[in-house]
Amino acid sequence: MEYKISNRLKIGAIILIILGALGVGFGFWDSHQYTEDNITEYLANEEHHGEGHAEEMQGESHTEENHGEEHGETAVHMDESHGDDAHANNSEHEAEEHEMSHEEHVLHQLHNRPYAALYVAAFFFFMIALGVLAFYAIQYASQAGWSPVLFRVMEGITSYVLPGGIIVLLIAFFADSHLFVWMDPDVVAHDELIQGKSGWLNKTGFMIRGAIFLAGWVLYRQFSRKFSLAQDTADDNRNFKKNFRISAGFLVFYIYTESMMSWDWIMSVDPHWFSTLFGWYVFASMFVSGITVIAMITIYLKSKGLLEFVNDSHIHDLAKFMFGISIFWTYLWFSQFMLIWYSNIPEEVTYFVTRIEDYKLPFFGMVAMNFIFPLLLLMNSDYKRIPWFVVMAGIVILGGHYLDIFNMIMPATVGDRWFIGIPEIGSILLFGGLFLLIVFWSLGKHPLLAKRNPLVEESKNFHY
Amino acid sequence: MEASRVIHAIYTDDDVLMSAVKKVKAEKHHIEEIYTPFPVHGLDKAMGLAPTRIAITSFMYGCVGLTVAIVMMNFIMIKDWPQDIGGKPSFSYIENMPAFVPIMFELTVFFAAHLMVITFYLRSRMWPFKKAENPDPRTTDDHFLMEIAVHDNEDSLEALLKETGAVEINIIDKEDAH
Repeated sequence: MEYKISNRLKIGAIILIILGALGVGFGFWDSHQYTEDNITEYLANEEHHGEGHAEEMQGESHTEENHGEEHGETAVHMDESHGDDAHANNSEHEAEEHEMSHEEHVLHQLHNRPYAALYVAAFFFFMIALGVLAFYAIQYASQAGWSPVLFRVMEGITSYVLPGGIIVLLIAFFADSHLFVWMDPDVVAHDELIQGKSGWLNKTGFMIRGAIFLAGWVLYRQFSRKFSLAQDTADDNRNFKKNFRISAGFLVFYIYTESMMSWDWIMSVDPHWFSTLFGWYVFASMFVSGITVIAMITIYLKSKGLLEFVNDSHIHDLAKFMFGISIFWTYLWFSQFMLIWYSNIPEEVTYFVTRIEDYKLPFFGMVAMNFIFPLLLLMNSDYKRIPWFVVMAGIVILGGHYLDIFNMIMPATVGDRWFIGIPEIGSILLFGGLFLLIVFWSLGKHPLLAKRNPLVEESKNFHY
Repeated sequence: MEASRVIHAIYTDDDVLMSAVKKVKAEKHHIEEIYTPFPVHGLDKAMGLAPTRIAITSFMYGCVGLTVAIVMMNFIMIKDWPQDIGGKPSFSYIENMPAFVPIMFELTVFFAAHLMVITFYLRSRMWPFKKAENPDPRTTDDHFLMEIAVHDNEDSLEALLKETGAVEINIIDKEDAH
C-alpha cells in the first residue's frame, strides 16, 4: 500500500514543466514582438479589422469621455444586424471614438494574452485542489461511511492548494492591469463605476484578502492532514472527532471565502459586470473538476494494484458525483445565463453578448463537454463502474472546465484575439506538470489507507 | 389440484437476510419471493433476478415529456397566440428557447416520474383496493420474509435456514397459487 512516485512519472512531469515553461516564455516573447511602432502594420496585414469586430473594451478606451456613463464597458461595437435596441445607439458613438484608440487597444490585448493564458491554467489546477479540499471536508463533516478509503488520495491532491494558491496570487500581483483593469489608476481616474467600487477593488485589499483566504484553507488542510495521520497510530478516536469539528468549521469559512475569492480573482476582470450566483457557479466548476481528478487518480493507483481496498462501488459513487455535479453546474450556468438574457439589461447582457459573438465555439462547446457528454456517457449505471469509461468522461469534463475558466477570463483581457495556441497549451503543461509532481510526491509520503479511521471498515466493505 | 408447499423463513435484519439469500442461492434452492418492509440494496442481484428495465422506460418517458413541452410551448407561445414577453417579439421558437428550458425540464421530469410510477404499479399488478399479497403483515413493519418452494426436502431446508439466522420458520400449504 505504500506508494512512491515512480521515476517515469517524475521525469514525465518535469518534461511537462520544461515544455510548458518554454511555451509560456515563447508566449511572452511573441507578444512583445508587437510594439507601438509596428502595430499599425500588424493591423494592416490583418484581413478584416475595424468594422466587424466586437471587442470588449479595456483600459484605454475608458479614458474617453463618453465612457464615464453607466455602461461604459458595453464596448461591444457590433454590426447593426446583431445589435439589439439597447445597444444600437451606443454602438454608433463608440464606433467613432473607438477608431482612435483601436491600435493601442489591440496592442494591449496582444500583451495581455500570455498573462491571461498563464492565469487561466494556474487557476484551473488550483481550483481542482480546492474543490477536493471542500469534498474532503464534506466527507468528514457528514461522517460519510463510503469514502474513508479515498482520504489519502484526497489529501494528496489538496497538497497543491498552497503552492497553487500562491502561484495564482503571484500571477495576479505581477500581471496587474494586464488582467485586472481596475488595478490601473489611470482607468480608475476616468471611471466612476470603478471609483465607487474602489473600497473593495484595490490592489492592497485584493492581496490581503487573497492571503487571508489562502491562509484559512491551508490551515485547515494542514491540521486535517495532521489529525488524519495521527489517527493511524492512535488508540482512540480523538483525532477523528477533532477532524470532524474543524471540517464543519472550515466548510462555513470556505463557502464565504470561496464566493469572495471568485469575485476577486475572476469576476473582477469585468469590473462593471456582476452576477449574484457567480460564487456558486465557480464552486460547481471546482467541485466537479476536483471529484473527477479524485476518480482519475484513484483509478490510476488502483491499476497499479495499490488500492486493493477500493472496489467498483467507490468508483461508481465518484462517477455518480461527476454526473450529478455536472448537471448542477449546468443548472447554475443556465440560471445565470437565462436571467441575464431575459432581463436584457445592457450592462449585464454585454457579458454574454461578447461571449456569444466572439467565443461561440468555446462558449457552447463547453456546454456540450460539461453537460451533454457526461449526461450521455455516465447516465447508465453499469458504465459508471468501468474505469476506462470514467477516465474518458473525466478527460472531457476537465477539458470542459478548463474552457469554462477560459471563457471567464479571456473575453475581458484579450477580447476577440483569443486562440488556444502555444501560450495557453504551454501554461496547461507547466501547471499540469507541477500539479502531478506535487500531488504524487505527496501521495508517496504516507500509506494509502487511513487504517485507523473509525469508518474505514465500513468503507472497505462498501457496496452501493 | 395439488397444493404447493412453501417454506417461510422470517428475518429481522436486512444484512442477515442478504447473507442468507447468498447461502440459499449457493445451495441451489429456488427463492420464490422475498417480502421486505423497504427496498434492500443489492437484493435483486443476490436473488439472481433479471435486471430491471424501468430505467429504460424512464428514459423514454422523459423523451416524451421533452417533446410534449417543445410542441406545447411552440403552439401556445409562437403559433396560436404569439406574445411579446420581455421585449422579445421575435415570434421565433429558437430565439425564445431559453425561456422555455425550465418548462422542458419540468415536463421531462414530470412525465418520467409519473409514468414510471404508473408503469411500476401496472407491472406489479397493483391497483386500488386490491387484496394484499404479502403472506405476513409483519413484513410491512420490521420483518423480512423469504419464501422457498418445498420439494420433499423440508428438513434439510429448515436446517439450512436456521443456520442462516432465521428467527421463525413456517411451512405453509398454498391452496391455489394464483
